[in-house]
Formats: sequence, C-alpha cells, structure tokens
Amino acid sequence: MTTIVERHKTLERNVTLLGIGALITVAIGGIVEIAPLFWIDNTIEKVEGVRPYTPLEQAGRDIYVREGCYVCHSQMIRPFRDEVERYGHYSLAAESMFDHPFQWGSERTGPDLARVGGRYSDEWHVQHLKNPQSVVPESVMPKYGFLSESELKVPDAGANLTALRRVGVPYTDKDIEMAVADLKAQGDPEADAGDLAARYPKAQIRDYDGDPARLTEMDALVAYLQVLGTMVDVNGAAAQEELAQNKSGQEKSR
Amino acid sequence: MVTVLARAGIWLAVLFLAVVGVAMAADEGFAVHMGIVAFAALVAVWFTIGGADYSAIARGILKMPDEGRYDDDPVRWGMIATVFWGMAGFLAGLFIALQLTWPILDLEPYLNFGRLRPLHTSAVIFAFGGNALIATSFYVVQRTCRARLAFPGMARFVFWGYQLFIVLAATGYLLGITQSKEYAEPEWYVDWWLTIVWVCYLLVFVGTIVKRAEPHIYVANWFYLAFILTIAMLHVVNNLDVPVSVFGSKSYPLFGGVQGALVQWWYGHNAVGFFLTAGFLAMMYYFVPKQAERPIYSYRLSIIHFWALIFLYIWAGPHHLHYTALPDWAQTLGMVFSIMLWMPSWGGMINGLMTLNGAWDKVRTDPIIRMMVMALAFYGMSTFEGPMMSIKSVNSLSHYTNWTIGHVHSGALGWNGMITFGAIYYLVPRLWGRTRLYSLRMVNWHFWLATIGIVFYAASMWVAGITQGLMWREYGADGYLVNTFADTVAAMHPMYALRAFGGLLYLAGAVVMTANVWLTIAGKLRSEAPMRDAAYDPAADKPIVGAAQPAHA
Repeated sequence: MTTIVERHKTLERNVTLLGIGALITVAIGGIVEIAPLFWIDNTIEKVEGVRPYTPLEQAGRDIYVREGCYVCHSQMIRPFRDEVERYGHYSLAAESMFDHPFQWGSERTGPDLARVGGRYSDEWHVQHLKNPQSVVPESVMPKYGFLSESELKVPDAGANLTALRRVGVPYTDKDIEMAVADLKAQGDPEADAGDLAARYPKAQIRDYDGDPARLTEMDALVAYLQVLGTMVDVNGAAAQEELAQNKSGQEKSR
Repeated sequence: MVTVLARAGIWLAVLFLAVVGVAMAADEGFAVHMGIVAFAALVAVWFTIGGADYSAIARGILKMPDEGRYDDDPVRWGMIATVFWGMAGFLAGLFIALQLTWPILDLEPYLNFGRLRPLHTSAVIFAFGGNALIATSFYVVQRTCRARLAFPGMARFVFWGYQLFIVLAATGYLLGITQSKEYAEPEWYVDWWLTIVWVCYLLVFVGTIVKRAEPHIYVANWFYLAFILTIAMLHVVNNLDVPVSVFGSKSYPLFGGVQGALVQWWYGHNAVGFFLTAGFLAMMYYFVPKQAERPIYSYRLSIIHFWALIFLYIWAGPHHLHYTALPDWAQTLGMVFSIMLWMPSWGGMINGLMTLNGAWDKVRTDPIIRMMVMALAFYGMSTFEGPMMSIKSVNSLSHYTNWTIGHVHSGALGWNGMITFGAIYYLVPRLWGRTRLYSLRMVNWHFWLATIGIVFYAASMWVAGITQGLMWREYGADGYLVNTFADTVAAMHPMYALRAFGGLLYLAGAVVMTANVWLTIAGKLRSEAPMRDAAYDPAADKPIVGAAQPAHA
C-alpha cells in the first residue's frame, strides 16, 4: 500500500505524466465498447426493406429534430410483451442504420413513435399537430400549427443528401440529382413523380397536409411520421425467417 | 504593439468571416448566429485597441503582471456568470415543468417544450455548472500551486469565449438549430468554437500547474485535469459531423443508428461522469477541507478512488440503452461497470464526509458546511441510485419514465447545485475583499428552501416514474393492456404539479442567494446575530515569489 502511495508521487509531481495517464485510463472503456460495433457483423441484422429517406421524408425528419420531438418521444421499442402489443414489433438495429442522427430518445413523456407510420390518417396527424388536446384531451404536447403556415424551405435538398452520403447513407447520383424534383413531387399527387417510387420503394406519394396547392413543413413532417417503422415488413414471414437465421447465425458464430 | 496588432488582427478576421457568413447564410438561424459572432468580434476589437496602454508601449515598458498577487478577475466574472446563468437555467426549468403541467404555456414555435428543454439542460449543466467549474478551477489551481494564472490573456479569452458559446447554443435552440444529441445539441460551428475555447482552457490550467511553487499537484487538480481532458475527448468524438454547407447551420453526424446511439451515450453519461462528477469532486476536494478547516480524510483513498472513478465511469454509457437494438454484450458490459462504479463514487463521498471528523459540530453552526455536507449526501444517494437503475431488470421499469428525471435532479440539484452554492458562499467575500457574507442567515434560508425543493422534486418524480412504468405494463385478467398511453399521461398531472412546486422552492432559494451575493459584492453587511464562518487570513492568500521551482515541472 505504501509503495503505491510512494510510486504515485511520481505522477503527482509531473503534470505531463498525470495527464497522459488520465487520458489513457479514460480512453480504454470507449475503445473496447464502441470500436467493435463497427466490425462485428451481427451488430446490425440483415433484413430487407430498409432504404434511405426520400428528400421529403428527410426534410420532415430535419423538422422533427429541429423541434426537439426526441425530447419526449422515443423511437425504440423494447422486446417486452407490453411494448410489442402497444407499439408493434420490437425495433431492429437495421431500421435505424441510415438515421443520422439516431432518434431512439430517452424519455416517453409521449408514446413511442418507432412504428407510428400508417397507424393514423394524415388528417389525424395534421389535426393532432395543430392542436393535440383536440384529439387527445389528456395530452401535454405543445401545438405545432405553425408548420401548416410555413412553406417548406430546404436551401438545397441535393446538398443535404450529399452530406448524408458522406456519412454513409447510400444515396445514388440520380437521387442527389433529382433531390429537388423528388421533394416537390412526393407531396403533390398531380405532379409527375418520375421513377421516385422505384428508387425509394414504398414511398407514399400524396398531399399530406390537406392543402395540395402548397408544400408546407406539415407535409414534410407527416410524410416522415407516416414512413416510420413501415420499411421493414417485420411481421411478414420472410422477415421473421431472416431474423431467425440471423439469430442462429449469431449462435453458431459463438 | 505587435501583440496588440496581432490580437486585433485575429478579431478583425473573425469579424470579416462573420460578416461574410451573414451575407452568404443559407438559413436565417445561421445569419442570426453570424450576426452575434460579428458583434462579439467587434466588441473584442474595440477592447483590444481601446484597452491597450499606448503610452507604456511607446516608452517600451512591458507591463508585467504582479506575480505577488493571484489573478482573480476571471474568477470574479465567473462567479457573477455562475449566479446569472444559474438563475436563467432554474427559471427555464421551472417554466418547462409548468408547461408539462399546463401545456397552454407552450408558445409556438419558439417557446415550445421541445426547444426549451435543451435550453434548460444546457443552461444548468454548461452555463451554470461550466462557469462554476472554470471559475473555481482558476481559483483553486492558483491557490494549490501558489502561482499566478499562466497566460492571463488566454484566461480572459476562455471566460468570454465560453459565454459566447453559451449564447450561441441557447439562441440556437430557440431558433431550432440543434443536432438532437442530448447535452451535445449545438451545431457544428458552435462545436468548433467550443473546441478552441476548451484547448485554451487546458493550456491555462496546465500552464499554471507547470509554474507551480508547490512540488505536489493537489488532488483537486487531478480531478480538474481529468475533467478537462476527458470532456475534450468526448466533445470532439461525439460531435464529428459533416456540415451541409459552410454557410448553413445544418449538419449530419458521422455516426448514425446503433453506433451513433452508443457514441452519444458514451458522451452523455460521461458528461455526467466528468463534467458533473469529476469536476465537482475537484471543487469538493478544495472547498470542503477549507470550509471545515480540516485536512482531507484519506490521501490513499483519494488516489484509489480517483483512478478507479475515471477508469470505470467511461464504460457506463450503454446502461442508457438497455433492451434497445444495441448488442447485448455491450449492454451487459455497461451494466457491470455501472455497478462497479458505485464503489469509487462512494469513495469520494466518504473522503468528503469524513473530512468533517472532529468538526461535525460545524454542521450545526455553519450553514455553508451544512450545504456541502448535504451536497455529499445527495452525491452518495444518486450514485447509489444510478448503479441500481443500471441493473437491466430495474431499468426495464425505470427507463423512459420520470424516474430518470428524478434521479438526474437529485444529482444535479442536490450534488452539483449545493456544492456550487457552498463554493460561491465561500468565494464571494474573499474575492471581493469583504469581511464576511452579507448574511449567513440567508444562507440558512437558501439551504432549507433548496433541500425541501429537492425533496418535493425527487419524491414526486420517483412516484411519477414508478407509476408510469407500472401502468405501461399493467395487464388485466382478460389478458389485455389495462391503460391507454393517454391514461398514463393524465396520471402524471398531480406529480408534474408537485415537481413544479419543488422547482419553485429551489428557485426561491437561488433568488435568496442572488440577493445575498449582490449585497455582499456591494459591500453591505446585514446586522444579525453571528453564525460562525471559517477563518480567513488575507496575508497567507498569496503565491510564493522566488520559491524553489519543483524538480519535475
């Protein structure tokens, strides 16, 4: 014991050694826990259907981030009976693999939104965002009526996708080239959407906010909410089989 | 003259870049922010040019700082900033607590809960806590090294640069500029600015240690050093991102999905571990022995618990991601290390509390010591509660609920708040050369308002959290879920109201402190029956000039 105290005096007299020692000590945990996530294969299951967001969904996601929705809503269903019954199949790592930033959240002041897509009509979402208490009297959610009044302003939709591609989201050159047109086309059923639906499978092309004349922030946010959790057919037979295979693969690799 | 020109030149360059930023801005928020930066740079140019002593420069006189006095200006400013931002942060907290109770208080779009909540967390953690840490570290490092601050100009830049960071972060949240990573919300350019400020902070701190007149580096400085270094590492890694445009506020983080989640909570938990724990333990290691007039209980314990704490803390992040899509091995590792963390955490508490051995009567007679002891007690409670909540089966109930909020606040209000108040009460009379505080009895009032406030806060959030957790998983005899989500929200209402009441009491205590600090600085003394305070000898509160330098600097 005394020797430790004696030896420690070397560190206590030398700020360089003390600083380097502290830095090495604090670096270890992060390296051991985080680095393997990038090279262990089964960290993210391989499932069909996960695709990058369309420019309109991505714009809606940016609004979701801007308004701090993650402060009250999680997007991560845990594998418990009550959560699966309340919100749907538990969340897979693959479903948020293109989420930069992730939106798993840490609080459920409001319900989980990981699979909210398709659960409510567009009209319900618009009404609920404008005045949450008008559809859920107990709600403590703020009003977001201004989204309907705000034109969707994306300075450069292509630049957003380019930045996302740089962090690893697999947008194609065509996606980036068409970004501005895709953004407008998805919210306007009258417009020619081109091959939008082919490049973004299951993309829902329609007017979301009840005002086809304008593309508003409400359109974008509802488009994002309506795609959440819908990309992977988690309850389909094929997906279940894939998940089972992944799992047995994991066990074999042990 | 050359330095004046160089400094003015740097600020002019910043001003120029900011004006270009305003002109080219891709979004309104970025334009507003560059406007703020331009204004700050203009003020800096003004003070650089206007504040220089040209006659001295002309006569070739190099103005040397008086090495026989401590450099306390940045500490004094830091104390005022701590009190100011504390009030702002507590007020924001009370307001958002009321918003959850009565959502009619949400004023869209700028004052909606989602934008104000990061404002509250950043204001209390980084503005209140950060200013307290920077100011006390500058005070403590000078006293424990018996040396004046190294790089005085840089120390001033650290203070003002940090305030600019706070203003940019806070206005950003209201404008909707956020990268949505909890406690790391500011966007890329604000992150870069903070990195510059932080490196300067490290240089000033280490520079002062290097020129110390004491051979040993005091334990408080180990904790400050670990805090500064680790926060630098966490901040840089968690904020790696790709801006959409150099003239726009938007960026996308490099790490996404499961990796992004773990990097974020590796950061998030260690913002707690190093900003709110290691840094504040450093404060504890100086101010508790000083106020108690007793040496630290155990030197060995401080060695063991320092290295154990900084080693173990960094592993605990995954406990924020139990039962998520994060691989099980990482969750389990996070849980195991979180439980082990209990011991070094209590090592710090024990070392602080046992320092009062032989001086326990002061808890009765000295309200400042009482505040510090209460801080340590809350530190002990929340560092027991934390490991408990990190156990996966407990976490399955507590996660996503208000229990987490209660836990965080017993730590933040009880530990960080109380130890900071204690340090403020210790420092203000000494920094402004007053014989004592305006009123010790007001400290007593502050103590009780804050303590009762925390009890209301923590108790209501425990009940709220466990209620939520149980209601979400409640099944009826028919095998169906009993409660809709809306039912569970309605059940929170009385608890939210009680929590807001607790916050109101805590804020009221802070108002009493603000008045007390203000009147102390103004040089007023309340005539009141004396309560004892620790002795202070201004003659000994000086660096040693001409003392032998340590062998290994």
